[in-house]
Amino acid sequence: MSISSLTIGEAHDKLLKKEISSTELTKACIEQIEKVDGTINAVVHRNFEGALEEAQRIDAEQNFDHPLAGIPFLVKDVYCEKGIPTTACSNVLRSKDYIPPFESTTTRRLKEKNAISLGKANTDEFTMGSSTETSCYGVTKNPWDLKRVAGGSSGGPAAATIADECLFALGTDTGGSIRQPAHFCGCVGLKVTYGRTSRFGVMSMASSLDSIGTLAKTVEDAAIILGTIAGKDPLDGTSGNMPVLDYRKTLKNGVKGLKIGLPKEYFIDGMHADVEKAVRDAAKTFQSLGAEIVDVSLPLTPYALATYYVLCPSEVSSNMARYDGLRFGHLEDKSADNLIELYIKNRTGGFGPEVKRRIMIGTYALSAGYFDAYYRQAQKVRTLVKKDFEDAYKNVDVILAPVAPTPAFIIGANNNDPVQMYLEDVFTVPINLAGIPGLALPCGQSKEGLPIGMQILGPQWGEETILRAGYAFEQATDWHTRRPTL
Amino acid sequence: MPLSPAQVRHIAKLARLEISDAEVEKYSRELSSILSYIEKLKEVDTTGVEPTAQVTGLTNAFREDVIAPQGPTTAELLATSPLPIEEQQIETPSAHG
Repeated sequence: MSISSLTIGEAHDKLLKKEISSTELTKACIEQIEKVDGTINAVVHRNFEGALEEAQRIDAEQNFDHPLAGIPFLVKDVYCEKGIPTTACSNVLRSKDYIPPFESTTTRRLKEKNAISLGKANTDEFTMGSSTETSCYGVTKNPWDLKRVAGGSSGGPAAATIADECLFALGTDTGGSIRQPAHFCGCVGLKVTYGRTSRFGVMSMASSLDSIGTLAKTVEDAAIILGTIAGKDPLDGTSGNMPVLDYRKTLKNGVKGLKIGLPKEYFIDGMHADVEKAVRDAAKTFQSLGAEIVDVSLPLTPYALATYYVLCPSEVSSNMARYDGLRFGHLEDKSADNLIELYIKNRTGGFGPEVKRRIMIGTYALSAGYFDAYYRQAQKVRTLVKKDFEDAYKNVDVILAPVAPTPAFIIGANNNDPVQMYLEDVFTVPINLAGIPGLALPCGQSKEGLPIGMQILGPQWGEETILRAGYAFEQATDWHTRRPTL
Repeated sequence: MPLSPAQVRHIAKLARLEISDAEVEKYSRELSSILSYIEKLKEVDTTGVEPTAQVTGLTNAFREDVIAPQGPTTAELLATSPLPIEEQQIETPSAHG
């Protein structure tokens, strides 16, 4: 068994005891990528030489005090790393590989503790999608069933993590893009409270909804990563002042007396029977551990998806305006007659169809005459969605729910109708609207052997509680130890 | 409420995107389908509800007006441009055509 299959906790232990070196660990991940990535297509830019240089430096310094020292990770292709191509898996930035002259705060914080970046992982173009099918590098295949998607938009990070190509990976979650791939791929996915970590250096999709987070093999690993990346950043005006707790230390506090809400609007007709069963069985497991299950209602749930699909494309249309091909990006035709012609040609030639679709919806919703009917109304419904959660948390500590109505779907199944694809997000987008944290972790398996995950949702700044609940579940079950055969 | 081809063309123009005649038809269909799904928001009674612009709970994220040198140099920033650079400026086609 390759040492790339170790968890962060296990690898850290072995590094401290000198049973393995960081160079050996990095080489093992590189070998695993070379072995399986031709099949799953999770890695889009390789930083192997840089990674090995770092590993050798770290081995020479022999300081493994921090649990992430010497640990190799992959980065979703939207986090800017100085000197490493970062293209948002879009032809806009790929045609002249965008090489950032600066580093995102999150990757900087990890590297300051000597974690090692192996390169970039696949995503839907500019993270717009729920299947990684819109990536300019092609889809990432689900390591459990190569005919199926790994999920999206963090399909690359999730597939790479469960396929042991790295020990963890960074993702982003704007409408479910960490939690849904974690559910499809059978790994842990943590979406933080909006503002818990810094978004500086992460290419923005929808600025009031984007959340940083991680894909990992265990809840403890996610807690270690969170403790390292969380905290206020002067470079991100939306990062909050809340102190960073010792999330690893409080994991073992258990769930006795924890009140867990089961929202009735998340168990709908037409959802996959195995998904419903797995989540309800998980609730029973929590009960056996001393938690109390409480029925709750989030009545605005049926409107959350529509709210998201107004607000998100609107913010997208604004954020994508910077890709005009002047300071960076795709140059279609230098001989354009005038500046506007140049913008039109660069953008039309560079963006893929899903990005164009969202830009156009957003442009429409924000345009004169429609702003109040669509955007303003959606902002008001967002207030009500957020209030649903605040009201629920008066009676429960966390909420337990399925992540998506089905396990991983077949590649191409949702390509004929954008609305059908958007419906995949029905259980995940409310969390982004409310700005609260969510932890996805494996809790079952479908009849076809596909992973099924659940999400544990916390109140704002509630990471300590959801991590503690997830950890307790892992101690009582073994879903998180399963790996695909590749 | 389906979008007319004229509306789709207008939106594309605002978004600085060029779409072919075949694409006008495709986008008209797809955008109309998305918009009709979004129509259900009108069912929600939002009388007296304040809009949410951000979920941080923060107000006025200020800092002292002090220069803290950091970040990339002008040369590094210009290096990512695909256009010709002259005297630290990016040379573009005329804004007037």
